[in-house]
This record gives sequence, structure tokens and C-alpha cells, in this order.
Amino acid sequence: MAQGSEGPEAQKERRLIDDQGKRTDGRGPNDMRPLRLEVGMLRNADGSAYIELGKNKIVAAVYGPKEVHPRHLVLPDRMLVKCRYHMSPFSVEERKPPQPSRREIEISKVIREALEAAIMVDQFPRTALDVFVEVLESDGGSRGASITAASLALANAGIPMRDMVAACAVGKVDGQIVLDLNDVEDKEGEVDMPVAYMPNLDRITLLQMDGKLTIDEFKRALDLALQGCRQLYEAQRKVLYAHYFSSSTSGEQKGQ
Amino acid sequence: MSISRRNFVVERLRKEKLKELLAKGQRLDGRGLRDYRPLSISTSVVSKAEGSAQVYLGNTAVIAGVKTSLDRPYRDTPDRGNLIVNAELLPLASPYIELGPPNENAIELARVVDRGIRESGMVDMTKMVVKPGELVYSIFVDINVLNIDGNLLDAASYAAVAALASSRVPEYTLGDNGSPVQTGNRIPLPVTTIPVSITAAKIGEYVLYDPTEEEEAVMDTRLTMAFTEDGICALQKGGSGGWAPAEVIELVEGSFEKAKEIREQIRRGLGVGQAETAQGTGS
Repeated sequence: MAQGSEGPEAQKERRLIDDQGKRTDGRGPNDMRPLRLEVGMLRNADGSAYIELGKNKIVAAVYGPKEVHPRHLVLPDRMLVKCRYHMSPFSVEERKPPQPSRREIEISKVIREALEAAIMVDQFPRTALDVFVEVLESDGGSRGASITAASLALANAGIPMRDMVAACAVGKVDGQIVLDLNDVEDKEGEVDMPVAYMPNLDRITLLQMDGKLTIDEFKRALDLALQGCRQLYEAQRKVLYAHYFSSSTSGEQKGQ
Repeated sequence: MSISRRNFVVERLRKEKLKELLAKGQRLDGRGLRDYRPLSISTSVVSKAEGSAQVYLGNTAVIAGVKTSLDRPYRDTPDRGNLIVNAELLPLASPYIELGPPNENAIELARVVDRGIRESGMVDMTKMVVKPGELVYSIFVDINVLNIDGNLLDAASYAAVAALASSRVPEYTLGDNGSPVQTGNRIPLPVTTIPVSITAAKIGEYVLYDPTEEEEAVMDTRLTMAFTEDGICALQKGGSGGWAPAEVIELVEGSFEKAKEIREQIRRGLGVGQAETAQGTGS
């Protein structure tokens, strides 16, 4: 287990975890960044949600079920789910050209697959569903936060789902397994592993990883990621409950 | 947002039959659940490429070529060479491919192969520097899929790895005026490890390695893992289903052992010289 942490990457200029075990933003290894969730704030969308996780600011909107265009894409036995993950040009340090990059195209695909596992697609044959995710500010772990928000937007649109999908990233930073990487940890850390999870069904619907882990470290990382997802799931549940069932919620019902 | 045009209606109708077979530990092509199809690797198949490899994994056929050039390093890695992996699903590879810019499947293929190679540290990119901060090697790995019968991710990865490991690239020195001059020698790339990609598909409750196109058409989900000699270096889940955490852990542990077998087959493929073929047994 320990030898994995002594690769060439270990000898870097900046330390990401100090002697007290605190990370660059003062968190402990198992702490998540401050989280804020909102649902139903976009008027035109059938469902919408907003997430802030650390400095991540992400809007998700759902349109559908609706007619399929072009027609030849129709699936005779289920709904066609489409997803577009997009980063605003001003969301990162250096301006990102607005046309979709290869990274964004891949992330759109894995987000779609992470959500499709929850959606009851066979109840809506010959229809289409659009999921739009716009990253207004990116701060590491944006695909996980996007899934957490998009899942809320689906619920807000009234799309029948088997479970909510919650997602976060874990990683290895200065040889330690930590939860919810921030921007610096994402860029300079050794490992980034985003995970999406449906806690009630106990199913992982997104799993990616890059960087070296021993098998034992992988197990610990996965376990920590699932804990993080359960925390986010609880937050999703609370915000939906507040939106639909409480009579006095602060500003979250505007737009509905 | 591109979507596959193929519907796989027949395959989905046969899913129940397939599951009955899987329950008995059998597959349509006679393999066991944890067997790979026969793997054959030939290197140096294109003489004008600096490295090349053709891989057959059953009926899936992939060819990869390596070309290098001297370029400026990326701003965030001034002391490293550049690695660029691209993949094309050629229209000759299947009746269902349409011409056009790479779709999401081709992009995912290239990026997953790239990640497995990059994160394993297979090629020591710190040695691919001619003039620090100014001039480095750009290593281009271009992957062409020639015939599609499932598990492109593994086949493309083996082809890319074999092409890199068998490459001979031009050597450069710096001339008196500081500009690069070819020495006329061709040198191998500084290869430190052979990363191995292992892909498993889940159909119902059954987990099987190296899915064919027919199996991919009905799979619930997929997991591609890349292993070094010491551990795991990349992961990519695919498909619209989900994995139980316990399944993932069991799969990662078991596949680490499987990767050792495949690594031996790749090494054998590399060991047999120019344009000769090493035949693996598959499982």
C-alpha cells in the first residue's frame, strides 16, 4: 500500500497536505467542500437545478419527454436520452473556446450513461429527453457536481426514476486518499477518481480513474467515494423535500 | 451528442437465450465467461511509420501507427514530451459507420487508450526532451479500427502499446547554432512498463471478459481497467447500467491477475521480430 505513494510524482514543489493533515483549503481528508443546491430556478425548462460545490457553479436543465428530432433517431422501445456537458468560456483560468472539446464530448457521454441507469427509459418509447449542463465556474470535480445537479433537474422535471444519482470525486494527494478534490488537488494530485452512485439501489453508474493506485488503495478510495455520494444524496433529498413539501422555503420556489 | 444509429433489435431479442447460456458458464462463441478471444499481435507492419502494430482480437481488427515530430512542449509540462492519441472508426470497419468527424465513441476510445498509456508512465516523457522548455518530441499514436466485433477498447490499447514499444524514432542533437540536427540513428522509446487494458461486460448478473459486438449490444454495463505491474492506473465505466460496489472490487482484483496473462501475450508479440505474428491462446 505505502509503496504506491513514493513514485516520481511525490517529489513535487508544492505540498498539498500540511503537517497537521490539512489540505490547501483547510479541509481534512474526508471533508467535502461547502455545498449549495437549488431546484426549479429556470422558468422555461421542464426541470432545473443549480449546484455550488466549493467554487463550482453549475446549472442543469432538462427538456422532455418530447418528440425525437431527427426522426430516424427514434428508439422504438425506449426514450432517447441526450446530454450536453458544456463549460462556459469564462469558467476556467484561461478562456475555453466555446465549441465542444474532446473532453466535453467524452464527459457528456459518461454523464448521460450515469443518469440513464436511473431513468425509466422504457416507459417513454419514441421520445427524446435533453439534459443540458452548463459549468459557469469550474473548480475540480465538475462532472460529479454536474451529475448531482442533473439528477435533481430530472426529478424536478417529473421524470420517473429508480433512484437519485449522486456523484463526487476522490483522489490521491501527497500519498493520501482524500474526498472531493479541489482545483489544485485535481491538477497536481496523483489520482482523480470520479464516482456516481445510486445509494438505494447500491449501483455505481459512473466510474473513472486516472493515476496509479494499488488494489488496496483503490478499495479504500471507492469506499470513501461512496460515503461522499451518500452525503450528497441526503442533501439532494433535503432540497427536494423543501421544494415540494414545505410551505415556507427561502427563495427556492421562485420560478415554479 | 451523437448517437449510434444501430438498433440491435435481433440481438436484444436473443438476450434471454444468451443469459441461459451464461447461466451454464457458456458463451455463443464457445468461450468461458473469463476467457479472451485469440489475440494476435504483429509489429512493424508499416515501414514508413516509426512504430506500428496490427492486432486481431477474435474478429476485431485494429492497426496503430506511431509518428513523431519536434514541437514546443505544452505550457504546463515544459520538461516533458507530448503524447497525442487519436482513434478513427473507419467506414470500412462496419456497415454501420458513417463518414464524418470522430463521434463520441471514437473520442472515448482515443481518450481511454490515452489514459491507460499516459497514467501508467509507459513512455518516460521526461526523456523525450531535446531542448528543455523549447523543443520536445510529440509522439502521435493514430489508431485505425479495421473491423468491429466488440471490445475495441482493449484491442486498440494493445495495438497502441505494441506500436509504441516497437517504435524506432529519429535521434536528434543540438547543432552549434542551437537548432536540432538528426543524427541519422533511430532509437527506441524509453519504455518503462507495459500497461494492459482489461474490459468486462455485465449481462444480467453475469460478468464476462472481452465482449463481442453481439454481447456489447445487450450488455447492461461495462468496465475497462488499465493495469501496470504494481496496480491499477485507469478506469472507465461504460454503458447505461450500473455495477454493485462489491462486483467492482471483485472484478478489479481478479482482472489484475488476468492482466498478467495478457501482458505475457503482448511481450511475446513484441519479442517475435519484424512482421511476424505471435499467436496467443486467448485465455
